[in-house]
Amino acid sequence: MKCFRLFRGQAPALGLLLSLAALMPIAAAAQDAAATLHLRTLASSCASCHGSNGKAVDGSAVPSLAGMPRETMIASMTGFKNGSRPATVMHQLAKGFTDDQIGQLATYFAAVR
Amino acid sequence: MQRRNFMQAGATLGGFASLGGLALLSGCATGRADIPAKARVVVVGGGYGGATAAKYVRLLSDYKIDVVMVEASANFVSCPMSNLVLGGYRQMADLTTAYGNLAGKHGVRVVQDSVTAIDVGKKTVTLAKGNVIAYDKLIVSPGVDLMWDSIEGLQAAQAAGQIVQAWKAGPETMTLRRQLEAMPDGGVYAMTIPEAPYRCPPGPYERACQVASYFKRSKPRAKVLILDANPDVTSKPALFKKVWAEDYRGMLEYRPQHKAVAVDARTSTVKFEVHNDVKADVLNVLPSMRAGAIAVKSGLANANARWCNVNYQTFESTAAKDVHVIGDSIQIAPAMPKSGHMANAHGKVAAAAVVAQLSGLAINPQPLLTNTCYSFVNEKSVIHVASVHLYDATDRTYKTVPGSGGVSAAPTELEGSYAHSWARNIWADTLL
Repeated sequence: MKCFRLFRGQAPALGLLLSLAALMPIAAAAQDAAATLHLRTLASSCASCHGSNGKAVDGSAVPSLAGMPRETMIASMTGFKNGSRPATVMHQLAKGFTDDQIGQLATYFAAVR
Repeated sequence: MQRRNFMQAGATLGGFASLGGLALLSGCATGRADIPAKARVVVVGGGYGGATAAKYVRLLSDYKIDVVMVEASANFVSCPMSNLVLGGYRQMADLTTAYGNLAGKHGVRVVQDSVTAIDVGKKTVTLAKGNVIAYDKLIVSPGVDLMWDSIEGLQAAQAAGQIVQAWKAGPETMTLRRQLEAMPDGGVYAMTIPEAPYRCPPGPYERACQVASYFKRSKPRAKVLILDANPDVTSKPALFKKVWAEDYRGMLEYRPQHKAVAVDARTSTVKFEVHNDVKADVLNVLPSMRAGAIAVKSGLANANARWCNVNYQTFESTAAKDVHVIGDSIQIAPAMPKSGHMANAHGKVAAAAVVAQLSGLAINPQPLLTNTCYSFVNEKSVIHVASVHLYDATDRTYKTVPGSGGVSAAPTELEGSYAHSWARNIWADTLL
């Protein structure tokens, strides 16, 4: 309401600026929420084999990712990508992810308790 | 007390009578009273695609968006791993998971019924028992339908239980297993494969391995005959052919370019477009496939009246707004298999798009899908094909990431243990 009134006031340029400034936290929050949603969705692509939220079922030969230290996951995925770490499947899947995505996933799974 | 009860009964009867009158007018006389008339998200089908989408709309919305999932079966029965039942290495119970956790743990409203109509204008679905449920967003995941008309005589032979497909895991899987058990040593099992695309590209070749593995153990003079409409093995060709040559030599024969056009159940014969008839003791004839019946009936199958075109970024139908189609029913992007794993991946991307749209958030500009299909070539050894598919905003399709993906070097028991874990983890990810 306040922004709206300012916008309709005597100084439209200033009003516009102020209203944008007031909206920015909301826009930033929406951006954050969208980024979180997209990262959760990317992480869910690992869940098919490694379990929902990276928590594998008991006795799984495929490891859990939840709580894995960030550096461990980055080292594993980088090793799969460059061929230094042997694998059955992961060397083929890891090549589908950018280093940036791997970093984001590593941060995400490290934080899962 | 009696008087009060009597009055209550009277009121209830009156209520029923008037409700009945209204219901008749609105055409839902038989609907169940405990099913909501409206849900923000309705999911049609509880397979790998639908159940995953239902669970992930709940998860990704932090349980804020209500979801109703309509599925005809009481339990989820997995197609992946079902060939092991034919080999004699697994039981149906191993493939079966109840829907209880989707409801109890994730708050998905699971309705055991089937959707008979979708009104994309009014944004409602009608259930077989009469209920009408309105939706803001609809996610349709009906799997495949078998095109009986593509092979003359097949539907009658199937109805009589003589020639089964067992391409949807369930009672037919056991029927086929019993037919194999009853077959004499020295008999022939023949399977026909339709032209691609069909559900589960490596499935028929894995099945041939499983049946051959069973024969090798129990009926060493029996034969497996694969009659493929395609020009070559459609998935992991070099690996399957090596296994057949080394492990099942003299027992398994592969014949490409054999398009089945008719069956004669009385003589247990299958006829082909070009080649001579084949007679076998057990016939396992797979017809062509298309999107599940409800997708075809409701106009969503707008790719040659067979598969459903979608906007790949969101899986929203190109035929109807706010209707998303996932799983085997869609018109696939290049190199995208019709698999349970892929349906699970579709389910998550579609769920995220639906949550974003209902929450006023930006849609993921570059969704990603992964796929791994494991095939058992005997009791324990497994080969895989894996791929990563990234959405390309310019061409508006998924493309495999250059350099990614591939197949096994050779069958191994290590991959067998991963395959079993894959199954348990994806069932949990989809349903638990």
